[in-house]
Amino acid sequence: MKRPGIIVKIIVVFIALLISPARAVQVKEFSLDNGLKLLVIENHKAPIATFQVWYRVGSRDEPKGKTGISHLLEHMMFKGTKRYGPKSFSRIIQKNGGIDNAFTTRDFTMYFETLSSDRIELAMELEADRMQNLLLRPEDVKYERSVVMEERRMRYEDDPQNLLYEELLATAFKVHPYRNPVIGWMSDLASITQKDLLNHYRRYYRPDNAFIIVAGDVNAEEVYRKVKGYFGGIKPSGYGHQEIRHYNEPPQQGKKVVYLEKEAQLPYLLIAYHVPSFPEKDSVELDVLSTIVSGKSGVLYKKLVREKKIALNVFASYSGFYLDSFLFFFGGTPRPGKTVEELKEAILQEIQGLKETPPTEKQLQKARNQVEASFIMEQDSLFSLAEMVGTFELLGGWRLIDKYLEGVRKVRPQDIQRVAKKYFVDKNMTIGILIPEKKDKEE
Amino acid sequence: MSRRRIVFILLLSFVLFFSSNTFAVEAKRTVLPNGLILLQSRQSYLPVVHVVLLIKASAFDEPPDKAGLANLTSSLLMEGTTHRTSDQISEEIEFIGAELGASTSRDYTVVSLSVLKKHLNKGFELFSDILLNPAFSEEEIIRKKDLIKGSLKQAEDDPSFVAARAFRKAIYGEEHPYGRLVSGSAETIDRITRDDIVDFYKTFYRPNNAILAVVGDITMDETRALLKQFLGNWKSKDIPSRRSYTVRRQKEIKIIKIDRDLTQANIMLGHLSVKRSDPDYYKLQVMNYILGGGGFASRLMTKIRDDMGLAYDVHSFITSNLDIGFFRVGVQTKNPSAKEVIRVIVDEMKRMQEQSVTEQELKDAKAYLTGSFPRRIDSMAKIANFLVLTELYGLGLDYDRKYPEYINSVTREDIKQVARKYLQPQAYTLVVVGKIKETGL
Repeated sequence: MKRPGIIVKIIVVFIALLISPARAVQVKEFSLDNGLKLLVIENHKAPIATFQVWYRVGSRDEPKGKTGISHLLEHMMFKGTKRYGPKSFSRIIQKNGGIDNAFTTRDFTMYFETLSSDRIELAMELEADRMQNLLLRPEDVKYERSVVMEERRMRYEDDPQNLLYEELLATAFKVHPYRNPVIGWMSDLASITQKDLLNHYRRYYRPDNAFIIVAGDVNAEEVYRKVKGYFGGIKPSGYGHQEIRHYNEPPQQGKKVVYLEKEAQLPYLLIAYHVPSFPEKDSVELDVLSTIVSGKSGVLYKKLVREKKIALNVFASYSGFYLDSFLFFFGGTPRPGKTVEELKEAILQEIQGLKETPPTEKQLQKARNQVEASFIMEQDSLFSLAEMVGTFELLGGWRLIDKYLEGVRKVRPQDIQRVAKKYFVDKNMTIGILIPEKKDKEE
Repeated sequence: MSRRRIVFILLLSFVLFFSSNTFAVEAKRTVLPNGLILLQSRQSYLPVVHVVLLIKASAFDEPPDKAGLANLTSSLLMEGTTHRTSDQISEEIEFIGAELGASTSRDYTVVSLSVLKKHLNKGFELFSDILLNPAFSEEEIIRKKDLIKGSLKQAEDDPSFVAARAFRKAIYGEEHPYGRLVSGSAETIDRITRDDIVDFYKTFYRPNNAILAVVGDITMDETRALLKQFLGNWKSKDIPSRRSYTVRRQKEIKIIKIDRDLTQANIMLGHLSVKRSDPDYYKLQVMNYILGGGGFASRLMTKIRDDMGLAYDVHSFITSNLDIGFFRVGVQTKNPSAKEVIRVIVDEMKRMQEQSVTEQELKDAKAYLTGSFPRRIDSMAKIANFLVLTELYGLGLDYDRKYPEYINSVTREDIKQVARKYLQPQAYTLVVVGKIKETGL
């Protein structure tokens, strides 16, 4: 069964993270002379540890005409160094019982290995090696480029809902590089050369543009000594991450609508509003708002799926964890027999309701409880725990976790009404509509 | 977010491998007077409790012309009890930040609860209410049927859903419960009446037909008190025995082409394999790791992705089920490359039968399969699922200590032997969903 809205999976990575004061995460912080920062979270529940390297580079940092280069470079990071040949990285990790992977976002690129804690040094050695000695052979670039093109076909070209999301971003933003897909436009992918990749690698893959998170059954001081041993000798770029450029998307001047016509069974709707990101003002309020309207007991599901029976599924989704202002989304699929217009009107009516009436204190308490519970439960996964700390570190420092939590506790019903009125206005809105083109032929 | 790869699951989630003697699940097994099997494991590192109840009620227990009955029954548990409406259930459970749900898969139904320790009583009370007192109101039945049918329609846009459904139908036929969708089809869902649901519920939702795991910040005494208070009135009853089905291994190649306006051909190729209980199961899992189950270490990934650049992901797996499972390779490639990719897959299946794997390949496969064990039980939810499934498949409470032995005893000769016995490069089912004309198939 499909979950409501593919978009939800893509953009709501950290839908709700909240510490109760008694459960604060213990983070130990270290810095190397070359600018590399290390954060360690000791957790001894199982003999496992996860090792994550975060580079402050994502699709926001790409040269014109080279969209997708950060993600393609991430692929190339698995294609070997002088010491470890082209196919060895994952094999070495797997034969030590571990898993490894990586992902690229609009704002960062993260690599990780999860292993028995007694083998965590292996991850350090391999990551330190590929931070400075990547092979980047032209023949590997050629094949990896076609792999990424297949990935693009799979995730976007053949998935109408994701394609609509891509179209909507390209419409909502006209200046900010958030308008480009992380995976890149097909024609840009074709034009990226080995030299482009090498420049990107040299510019961004430096210790002073990265930080490391280790979580698990480890001793923090021992991890520090070893990380210093492996990474301490790598030269910094000198730029540092202070150089991060913040782009200003000019305020939207009026409603925008984008249509996508593709073979599909049912239409699909997205409604997006420009909103600030954490730790800017109003971000926490928007986060709590999205929690209040979501869930089976939230107003969207109750009204549109259960009562009015207009939607097959419906969602509200906001993540404040971006370096620059991003979008608040509403969306869903109309039930067979209902139109996308009916769904749109029904969602807009609920949005109007948010502007007219503040939520009850009980609704707010429910949102706080949900955030607290999911924060605690999330800690059962070392990976999620490390990822959460890394996210706040990226946005300005892991201690911002406290600011976020305090913010959630302080939100009042009128704040929800205020942000709804401020951001959910027509002038600030972009609508995306998938119109199904039907031509079913089965054999 | 654009992941470099499909998260490497190995599709062994039903097996949960063990390798280390130093890290094992400490669990107590008790059979309660009403027949319920209780598995309890105390884990006090977080103030959380996970409850997983497995009920042996699935598509196996429904008539084929009412396919979807087991699924519809479980999905209605959340939609109202004799004490609470659907809205009240979701309001109360979400208010305490807990998760409560019920779902049906191939061999069983699961009802589960994840809750903070401080809300355990409230959470468990709701859990027992939906389990013991479902209302199955006509209104909710109609509503749920509509939603399931709508989702089925939406799923038609997912090429892998379309391909997998066709694949199952081809290898099992429509009579076998593995040959159809767990949710049934619009047609069979419409035939299900309220009486069918109530009968199904009364027949199969019994303590002597279920396994309960309670894992987390809770002692055995606390668990017993909770069960006494909230599940004390759950009565046992004789369960009808499951019907057995026969399926035949195919003798020739079967090709199913489904034309869609897609840039990629979605390819699934495979055939029947063995039951979870078959002694050859472990040998097959090691063989499969080397062939296509081992992510970037597998032969298929090396060839098709690394050497040829023809796909983002290619993988194979062998299902773990009570009845006969299947082996399947899955891959997406641009339509014009489909033929070439299919040829490579079939060639690699043949090579597995003709030549022994190398010592190094075998060593690496064993090292991964045994060495990845601790990660398979590194959270409370994983432990709870692990416990109910080891019980269901009869693997024994010492499975964690025995598993490395099962894997480490596999030889190169064993792998060749199971490849010859079970792989069918001359008699497989191939499903292709894509722009058929461009594939040249």
